[in-house]
Amino acid sequence: MRDIHSSSVTDAVKKLCMEANYELEPDMLRAFDRALQTERSAAGRQVLQILKDNAELARTKKIPYCQDTGFVVCFVELGQDVHVAGGLLGDAINEGVRQGYTEGYLRASIVRSPFDRVNTGDNTPAVIHVEVVPGAALKIQIMPKGGGCENRSKYKMLTPAEGVEGVKAWVIECIKTAGPDACPPLVAGVGIGGTFEKAALLSKKALFRELGSPNPDSTVDALEKELLDRANRLGIGPQGYGGDTTALGIHILTYPCHITSLPVAVTIECHAHRHKEVSL
Amino acid sequence: MITTAADGIKDITPPLTDADAESLKAGDRVRITGVLYTARDAAHGRLLPLIEAGKPLPIDVRGQIIYYTGPSPARPGEVVGSIGPTTASRMDKYTPTLYGLGLKGTIGKGSRSQPVKDALTSHKAVYLGAIGGAGAVLSRFVKKLEIVAYEDLGTEAIRRLEVEGFPAIVINDCHGGDLYQNGVKQFARD
Ligand code: SF4
Repeated sequence: MRDIHSSSVTDAVKKLCMEANYELEPDMLRAFDRALQTERSAAGRQVLQILKDNAELARTKKIPYCQDTGFVVCFVELGQDVHVAGGLLGDAINEGVRQGYTEGYLRASIVRSPFDRVNTGDNTPAVIHVEVVPGAALKIQIMPKGGGCENRSKYKMLTPAEGVEGVKAWVIECIKTAGPDACPPLVAGVGIGGTFEKAALLSKKALFRELGSPNPDSTVDALEKELLDRANRLGIGPQGYGGDTTALGIHILTYPCHITSLPVAVTIECHAHRHKEVSL
Repeated sequence: MITTAADGIKDITPPLTDADAESLKAGDRVRITGVLYTARDAAHGRLLPLIEAGKPLPIDVRGQIIYYTGPSPARPGEVVGSIGPTTASRMDKYTPTLYGLGLKGTIGKGSRSQPVKDALTSHKAVYLGAIGGAGAVLSRFVKKLEIVAYEDLGTEAIRRLEVEGFPAIVINDCHGGDLYQNGVKQFARD
């Protein structure tokens, strides 16, 4: 058994929250540059250039890239030979969020109840998913998830007969209805298979893959590329002002499913796609 | 007041008149200098019952522009943190009433409902888009910030901003023009 103290979890989460909000990941910046090469719309190119400037200003001034500093979605891969000492894992993560958001001048966007809607004041709690994996490491991935794009995420239970064509049509439909509301250019995470909740979880997890990297499954990779091409033919463009860059990437994760089912969940993520991870 | 600068961008200073609103067309780039009021979900939720009860509002909306945003906190020495627009459609339920009171513009991101578009036509007003997610860049145009109502709402409080050259684009004008629809028409390839 390897002991990892809960305070190192807190410190790591605090740092990830702040850095994620100030520093857009290099994979996103490279995607902006690629899009600038191909975008036909002048207004679209101008938006992409402003997004690059925005990233630079956020990084140097340490102000958040977007004022919606998100709901912290946290995936933990907990090695089964790890023992978290000194406190509960969930408490340690939430303490990291609390410190990161209050000390980092990040916006508190979480209300304590869906009904009375009183702000918790420190952006806690996070949404935490823990998976036990082999080994003695503790991996923490965080994604401060914007509300505007999350509100456009969707789920549909297709029939097996609808097949892959049905899946494609649904994903494109989701991107189309997200439209200008979700701050395009978008990134879509797609979970296909499993059950209702498993598909949704996969659609979030899929977003952590480096943008522009191939899917390890070549069939799924081809599907991703086809969907990205179709999404970028919709004409929505950066900010919805019209153009060729509606999406920067579509990432898919699959899982076995029941003989009766074909669940498909689509998480819509915006250009403020903030994702960071660390292994302790 | 609206004037067109040499670079083709329209310079706007509230308060705006009916004629000002009529001169704006979907796709026009604008630069705003002067006062903007911020309000989003929770503040709108408080304004409407006041209107329904015939009580005065904490801000006089006549001729003004409301910016849908909830900024992040300012670092010491800064005016504001990040301050980009939020999704406008969540305010659709309230917006026609506010336009009816003489509000001339709103700034947000994303599509509006048909009743909002109809209200733009009947009350001579505009819906402007600011770049969603460019909150760091947009913060540079805010020169002064003051909370004028509902401080308890935190980021959702109503703030009075003084801006200089704040960039936006006309999404929906009062003649039925819609930049989003025009954009898709021009660039869709299927
Ligand atoms: S959708 Fe994304 S970029 Fe747009 S306001 Fe929300 S978090 Fe920011």
